[in-house]
Amino acid sequence: MKLTRTARRQAAPAGIAAVALALTLTACAGAGGGGNSGAAGSDGGPVELTLATVNNPQMKDMEELKSAFEEDHPDITVNFIQMEENDLRDAVTKDVATDGGQYDIVTVGSYEVPIWAQNGWLTDLSGDLESDADYDVDDLFEPVKNALTVDDSLYAVPFYGESSMLMYNKELLDEAGVTMPEHPTWQEVADIAREVNSDDVDGICLRGKPGWGEVFAPLTTVVNTFGGAWYDAEWNAQVDQPEFEEAVQFYVDLVADAGEADPVSTGFTECLNNVSQGRSAMWVDATVAAGLLEDPESSQVAGKMGYAHAPVVETEESGWLWSWNLAIPETTQNRDAAVEFVKWATSKEYHQLVGTELGWSRVPPGARNSTYEIPEYEEAAAAFAPITRDIMLAVDPEQPGVAPQSWTGIQYVTIPEFQDLGNQVSQDLADVFAGRSELGPVLDRAQDLAQDAGDAQK
Amino acid sequence: MTSSRLRGALITAVTWVLVLMFFFPVAWMVFTAFKPEHQAATSPPTFAPDLTLDRFGAVFDRDMLPYLINSFSASLGSTLLVLALAIPAAYALSIRPVTNVRDALFFFISTRFMPVAASIIPVYLLLQSVGGLDNITWLTILYVGVNLPIAVWMMRSFLAEVPREVIEAAQLDGARLGTEIFRVVLPIVLPGVAAAGLICFIFAWNEFFLANLLTAQVARPTPPFLTSFVDGRGQFLAVLSAAATVAIVPVVLAGWIAQKQLVRGLAMGAIK
Repeated sequence: MKLTRTARRQAAPAGIAAVALALTLTACAGAGGGGNSGAAGSDGGPVELTLATVNNPQMKDMEELKSAFEEDHPDITVNFIQMEENDLRDAVTKDVATDGGQYDIVTVGSYEVPIWAQNGWLTDLSGDLESDADYDVDDLFEPVKNALTVDDSLYAVPFYGESSMLMYNKELLDEAGVTMPEHPTWQEVADIAREVNSDDVDGICLRGKPGWGEVFAPLTTVVNTFGGAWYDAEWNAQVDQPEFEEAVQFYVDLVADAGEADPVSTGFTECLNNVSQGRSAMWVDATVAAGLLEDPESSQVAGKMGYAHAPVVETEESGWLWSWNLAIPETTQNRDAAVEFVKWATSKEYHQLVGTELGWSRVPPGARNSTYEIPEYEEAAAAFAPITRDIMLAVDPEQPGVAPQSWTGIQYVTIPEFQDLGNQVSQDLADVFAGRSELGPVLDRAQDLAQDAGDAQK
Repeated sequence: MTSSRLRGALITAVTWVLVLMFFFPVAWMVFTAFKPEHQAATSPPTFAPDLTLDRFGAVFDRDMLPYLINSFSASLGSTLLVLALAIPAAYALSIRPVTNVRDALFFFISTRFMPVAASIIPVYLLLQSVGGLDNITWLTILYVGVNLPIAVWMMRSFLAEVPREVIEAAQLDGARLGTEIFRVVLPIVLPGVAAAGLICFIFAWNEFFLANLLTAQVARPTPPFLTSFVDGRGQFLAVLSAAATVAIVPVVLAGWIAQKQLVRGLAMGAIK
């Protein structure tokens, strides 16, 4: 039915008022700030940089200290957008893949850097960094730098790096009358875990939460040291090989016998809570955890912890290698200003600034050799800094297992398909942890999935 | 006690249990927001923590206000637009039905069949081409599109309950269409309008997927801001609870204010 002329006249004011109010409310671009509209810097005007980052302690510290950079560079403002790790991956992947240009600087994990660089999404930073002698690019940890290098070009710089190690509660082990060697084997660790395990205390905490970056971070290092691998050098899937199955079965059995009650819900944070409250005797996870366990404000086990290299079987080292890095998308309109900030935030001077302004224990670990030569840092992080450095320099991302591999990376396979592969297999593995599935069929399916992903690389 | 009284008491008790089950997680979140970080995830849980406002301080140190303003703009703006469009549409689908009402209704609801994830790339590219990324106006328009079908369906069912005699009486008295809608029908279905409006407001306020992918900084609303407190290498439960507690305040207030209308609109039908 058509509205009559009078009815239209009568109906119009309310509708128009509502629409006008709605549009007035939303007429501005938003309340978040000036955004990306600043001049590109090419005309010498002010530049507003947008930095998308994970919300980890090192980046929170960087945001706190950014005013020092802005004082030295009065024409540059840096806006931080902090996101949860997976949200960040989604948002930044979509932005750089579609030339969105929303971000001038992004934090990218060491897994993505080579993939994104090969896609042409990141700018090559080699020239900018090597031409600046004060920056001292050779001071960056070599294994970390190698993981960020594609065809001799450096596409990102680390602001934080980590390996993995064994952390154990000395008090609990002493009570059980056992000692931990500095380079333990997995069998020794499993024996100690079963020995220490009781109704009140878990012998060990190991991640079981599904996700390629959750359970498969520690589990892939176990597979590596058991002599297994996701792929051989020709991208043939190796998940159905006995070494892979033996490693996963060992991990599942150890968690069932002496691990946490609910492995499928347990990731880094849950293990951190368990260990820091004295409810788990041991933990194999990121080296950065040591700083949190030694903080008396948040941990009941500060001063009671011992640290050892990640347990091994067939290899000499079994730690992983991960770094969060600053990279500049190709789509940025503010490259020069972005490079200035990236250099500042990953420089030796920045580490000094963190130490003097926020405390030496908060200096970003695992990025620069020189950090470990700062006396104040050595003192503040005496319990774990030396072993962290030793492990980070000892791990080999080119060949972490017993056989050569075609990618650079330890706890992941540096192909785009690995996220999906790891996520799917870890979901199936959750059923094994929960006793709903047998390992054999799960690994059979994983072999098929892995082979599909491997075929795409051939 | 008679059996009907006993049954009434039982229903009341079960209702309370259900209410407490639904309310407990929210209450626990608010309680956790006042705990220090290291007492937020203990086992067994800490029931007598050292209460502190530190975590709220940490939230506002991150400058939460612009995110709340963006959420408020997008939610209220989209809700008003949705109601402005849904009421006439529902009118034309119930009281003065157009031809093929069923097809029109099916079309409206069919726009909700496909998951948003399936359309995000075209939406993103379209917004990119018109300069609509990180823009609260465009986010508002998208929320209108997402919530309009629900509002049309809700309003249609409310309008269908309006007694025809009342409308016919108004028409006999010479009321034109506008008078009929705004002075006769709308006052009757006001609880329904409040219910539909609040549902749309809550949906827009809580929407995460589009907000996370289509905004970066300037137009970023509260939900993606909340998840930014998740720290992959540390403890974050108390600060996340504090941020979430702040984030639910506007919705709780809106629900509180519209409580009477809402109960009528949602539980009893718009005009009973």
